[in-house]
Amino acid sequence: MQAPSPAAPPPSSTTAPAQDEFVPISELPADEKLPAAPLLIAAYAVVWIVLAVYVWTLWRRFLRAEQDLKQLAGRLPPAR
Amino acid sequence: MLQRSFVFLFLAGFALVASAPLLIAAAPFESTMGLIQKIFYFHVPSWIAMFTAITICGVASVRYLATRSRSSDRLALSAAELVVVFGLIGMLTGPLWGRKAWGVYWQWDAKLTSALVCWLVFVAYNLLRRFGGPGSERLAAGVAIFGMANVPFVYWSAHLWRTVHPKTSVVMTLDASMRPAFYWSAFGFLLIFGTLLAARTRLEALRASIDDAYLSAEDL
Repeated sequence: MQAPSPAAPPPSSTTAPAQDEFVPISELPADEKLPAAPLLIAAYAVVWIVLAVYVWTLWRRFLRAEQDLKQLAGRLPPAR
Repeated sequence: MLQRSFVFLFLAGFALVASAPLLIAAAPFESTMGLIQKIFYFHVPSWIAMFTAITICGVASVRYLATRSRSSDRLALSAAELVVVFGLIGMLTGPLWGRKAWGVYWQWDAKLTSALVCWLVFVAYNLLRRFGGPGSERLAAGVAIFGMANVPFVYWSAHLWRTVHPKTSVVMTLDASMRPAFYWSAFGFLLIFGTLLAARTRLEALRASIDDAYLSAEDL
C-alpha cells in the first residue's frame, strides 16, 4: 500500500486573477476587448468591393465584345 | 448594348443594398452577440444568391447534357461565375463574424469545410471553361451537377454534425423585428444577382454570335 500523496500545492500566486475567475466583459480593460464595429464595416466593404470589381470586369468584357463586333463589320463585304 | 430595364433593375438592387444599413441599424441587437450579429444581414443573403446560382447552373447543365442546347450552356456558365462572386462575399463576411463570435477567423468544421469545397467546385468549373479548350463544356456540365449535389450537404451539415456554425433554422425563427432588414437586404442581393445573371448571359450570347459570324465570314 502506498503512502498518501502530499496535498496539491496551492495555485501559483503569479497567475493573473482574470484566468482564475469569471470577469464580466464590461470590467475587462479596453485593450482586451475586440471591437465589433470595424469587423462589421469591413464586411459591408467586402460586399461593395467584390460587386464593384465584378461589374468592372463585366463592363470591360462588354467593351471588348463591342470592339470585336466593329472589327468583324470591317471584314465583311459591303451589303449590296 | 444592355437593355435599359437591366440597368434600371441593377441600380434598384444596388439602391436596396446601399440603403439596407438604415434598416439594419434600426433592427434590435441580438442578445448574446450584439453589434457583430448584424453581419448576418449581408452574409446570409450572399449565400442565398449563391445557392440560387448553383441551382440554375446545375439545372441548366442537366438540360445542356440532355439536349445540347447552347443557350442552356451559356446560362450555366454565367451562373457558375456568379456562384464564385457571391460565394466569395459569403466566404469573406463569415470569418469576419467568426473572429468576434468564435475568437478565430476559421474552423475546419463540417459546415465551413463543406461550403468551401462546394465553392471550390465552381471555381474548378470556371477554370475548366476558361482553359479546358473545345469540348470542355460537357465535362464542366458534369462538374456543375456534382457541385449542385453538394448543396444539401452544405445546407444540412450544421444539423447532421456538431459544428460551431449556427443552424440554418435561425432564418426561419428570426425575430419579427429583424425580418424587415433581412428581407430588404435579401431582396436587394437577389435583384443584383438576377440582373448580373441576365447581363452575363447576354454577353455570352453576344460572344457566340460574334464567333458564328467570324466562321461564316471565313466561308465567304
